[in-house]
Amino acid sequence: MKKFSVLDHELVPPHILLSPEEAEEVLHKFNVQAPQLPKVHVNDPVAKEIGSKVGDVIKVIRHSPTAKESVFYRLVID
Amino acid sequence: MTVPKRIGKIRFGLISPQEFRKMSVVKIITADTYDDDGFPIDMGLMDPRLGVIDPGLRCRSCAGRPGECPGHFGHIDLIAPVIHVGFAKLIRKLLRAVCRDCSRLMLLEHEKVTYIEQIKTLVRLGQPTDDLVSKIFAEARKHKTCPYCGAPQQEIKFERPLAYIEEGHKLTASDIRDRFEKIPDADIEAVGMNSATARPEWMILTVLPVPPVTMRPSITLESGQRSEDDLTHKLVDIIRINQRFQENREAGAPQLIIEDLWELLQYHVTTFLDNTVSGVPPARHRSGRPLKTLSQRLKGKEGRFRGSLSGKRVNFSARTVISPDPNLSINEVGVPLEVAKELSVPLIVNVRNMEMIKQFVRRGPDNHPGVNYITRSDGRRVKVTDKNCEEVADQLETGWKVDRQLNDGDIVLFNRQPSLHRMSIMAHRVKVMPYKTFRLNPAVCPPYNADFDGDEMNMHVPQTEEARAEAHILMRVQENILSPRFGGPIIGGIHDYVTGSFLLTHGRKPIDRQGAMELLKKYDGIDLPPPAGTDDSGEPYWTGKQIFSLILPRGLNLTFKADFCPSCDQCKEENCENDAYVVIRDGNLIQGTIDSAAVGAFKGKIIDRVIKQFNPTIASTFLDRMTLLALRGIMLSGFSFGIDDEDIPPAASDQIKEVTRVARENVEKLISAYNAGELEPLPGRTLDETLEMRIMQTLGKARDSTGQIAGRYLGLDNSGVVMAVSGARGSMLNLTQMAACVGQQSVRGERIRRGYADRTLPHFQRGDLGAEAHGFVESSYKDGLNPTEFFFHAIGGREGLVDTAIRTSQSGYLQRRLVNALQDLEVKYDGTVRETRGMIVQFRYGEDGVDASRRDYAGPENVKRIIGRVLATEGR
Repeated sequence: MKKFSVLDHELVPPHILLSPEEAEEVLHKFNVQAPQLPKVHVNDPVAKEIGSKVGDVIKVIRHSPTAKESVFYRLVID
Repeated sequence: MTVPKRIGKIRFGLISPQEFRKMSVVKIITADTYDDDGFPIDMGLMDPRLGVIDPGLRCRSCAGRPGECPGHFGHIDLIAPVIHVGFAKLIRKLLRAVCRDCSRLMLLEHEKVTYIEQIKTLVRLGQPTDDLVSKIFAEARKHKTCPYCGAPQQEIKFERPLAYIEEGHKLTASDIRDRFEKIPDADIEAVGMNSATARPEWMILTVLPVPPVTMRPSITLESGQRSEDDLTHKLVDIIRINQRFQENREAGAPQLIIEDLWELLQYHVTTFLDNTVSGVPPARHRSGRPLKTLSQRLKGKEGRFRGSLSGKRVNFSARTVISPDPNLSINEVGVPLEVAKELSVPLIVNVRNMEMIKQFVRRGPDNHPGVNYITRSDGRRVKVTDKNCEEVADQLETGWKVDRQLNDGDIVLFNRQPSLHRMSIMAHRVKVMPYKTFRLNPAVCPPYNADFDGDEMNMHVPQTEEARAEAHILMRVQENILSPRFGGPIIGGIHDYVTGSFLLTHGRKPIDRQGAMELLKKYDGIDLPPPAGTDDSGEPYWTGKQIFSLILPRGLNLTFKADFCPSCDQCKEENCENDAYVVIRDGNLIQGTIDSAAVGAFKGKIIDRVIKQFNPTIASTFLDRMTLLALRGIMLSGFSFGIDDEDIPPAASDQIKEVTRVARENVEKLISAYNAGELEPLPGRTLDETLEMRIMQTLGKARDSTGQIAGRYLGLDNSGVVMAVSGARGSMLNLTQMAACVGQQSVRGERIRRGYADRTLPHFQRGDLGAEAHGFVESSYKDGLNPTEFFFHAIGGREGLVDTAIRTSQSGYLQRRLVNALQDLEVKYDGTVRETRGMIVQFRYGEDGVDASRRDYAGPENVKRIIGRVLATEGR
């Protein structure tokens, strides 16, 4: 069976795995601890696809009809 | 003393008799409360170890004074066990699931193991175990003989409220308790109970806790007589019966008497816990009033939870009927003098305001802007009276707090329930007025959804400087003209304001000097512009458009189509012959008519533009002036609607009759085509559906064309048409129904079909598919409906009522759930949306960080407008 990347689906917005430094920057920007971010499970298809580990922060760039694009950050959890 | 504590976890379970005794400070043995000297009797129901309520005494358990001592539980040893009513159902289930001989749960060993496993899984996942437990009980009940000891099982009948009958004999509470005591711990676990915190025999009471006196205080009447709390009365009953029971049993009374007393004890304990058990007559007070016992204190709307804990009462508030006053600003609220004298605003005396406050204090409490109370710096409160006001005023020192009566200009919160959106509570400026109602400008009715058919509203007086500042900046009416729901004005002209503006500005009717002065008499400093012309006798005249321009702010440029624009195929714009193309240049109404599209609530374009281009203050001034001018405008020409406004000429009614006759014939034709099998079904429809649709279509068209006929004869000289066209109230459809033809009545979007077999009413043939047999109302409201029409109309009308009732309840519940879920979310200063723990919900409010009430329909249109405005200012 042919394998597809979930990221290729048009309803799945781009997900970017942040480096620890970038993640730190995000936490600093919003003045929060990592657990205060929204979560995503390690077994989430997208989280698996981009090869994230527990504790990583994923940047999601969603399309927004009013703001053109809207950036979310998610903490990978178990 | 209270010690700050942190709640680690909460566990629910049953209390064991041992625990009842452990928490008890005294065993209660006498039913008496106070002795002859008025002191509580030891080991009585008011034992001082249970806590204190009388001032001056100290608690014998904790040495606390009244107010400090929280109270302590005592206990009564019941002579015989009684069933706790709250567990009647569970007791029944357990009795049936457990062997009557060996008390083991009648399930096989391996079944128990799997069930315990399943329960544990559910608990771990945080899922409810109710369904599984019910299933376990049902399984256990199926056995006719005990799988362990082989004893045959008997059916246990349950008779409300508390009788368990086995083989025709009633099981006593002791029997049940004995059976439950023998149930092994492992079996208890298999029915989802925890043997450590909830042994089943604890559902049968042997010890009754006596609540502390602090939760059942006695009150002393004026006559000096003591009146005891309902709970105390009930406890007295329990102790008395308990004693009698004991005496009788020790004296070896016959079984029959013992049973009766046991029954009585059970009754008293039952009603002590819950006085509304069905099948148990409620225990009554001497006066015949049912007693309010434990569960009545907690249950229901006025119970502890909904009434005392969730429900809050406030001071500094007032409630009365509302009525309209167009002379008030939209920012104001008229407050009755009587209310203003009762409510107060605290003022702190300092060097600067001392003299001013002294003036207030000297007025006393009866001369309106006076003072009700003062609080001295040591916290002592003094009531200001007619007699002591002079004296108090002279004593006044800095740092004292003076409760000044509500006065003009004070800021208050005004609210109408249901508070569905934030505009349901807005801040108004007080205007003290005579009479007994709150007055408000009708232009602020839409956000409150208020009318004056008896509505009442609440008013709250903020008591701190912070609260007043917040109310002034965030909650004032003028700050809430734009609704965050759709970004447009929610405050604006309604009803007569719209009609008045329309009548004033439609066309170019000449208004003479007297009329013009009449229109403008409420305004200061407005000069008449040069007249638009002179009439035949040389007198100057003005137009309504000129007068309206006087209240528009300079610099306002706006072009739009009025609400009554008929949407011609080719818009003639400036040359519109209906005067429906509104052009405003530099605050001058060049042409077009002001109607609901210009100044109406929800859609007023002028209001929208003024507030977005200028500021809320200018917008509120505009609204105040508009409301005054519109009412002057409607008074200038006069306006009324009567029954003869629904008259149409005979020619028109002949035409209408003809249209309906043709429609009926067409329906007949359709029916005969259907009967002959010649009707072509529409794609995707059955033949029957096709016929129904075609008939509905034909009749709908007929109603529309009758409306058009009537409309041709009803022009702008008809006040109904003026209201409908300007968007003030009603629609052309309403007028059509009144003057021409009511039309098809429907239930669920279909013609009416219910009623008798194959027909709606006995007046029709079976199987009649014709128009009038299925709810077509040919008459108009003016002409009156014939009996069958009237009946069909009632059917259709009832559906509408039911729909609204259901819609409100459903949307109310939906809103409640939504608000419960979202109420703690907050937009922080960095633009993120977070909940109370600081968890981020949105990284930018609404993805774009835009306040919906300030976004101004962003689009290419705006660029044009900005260019237009720049060009206009350049040109000047």
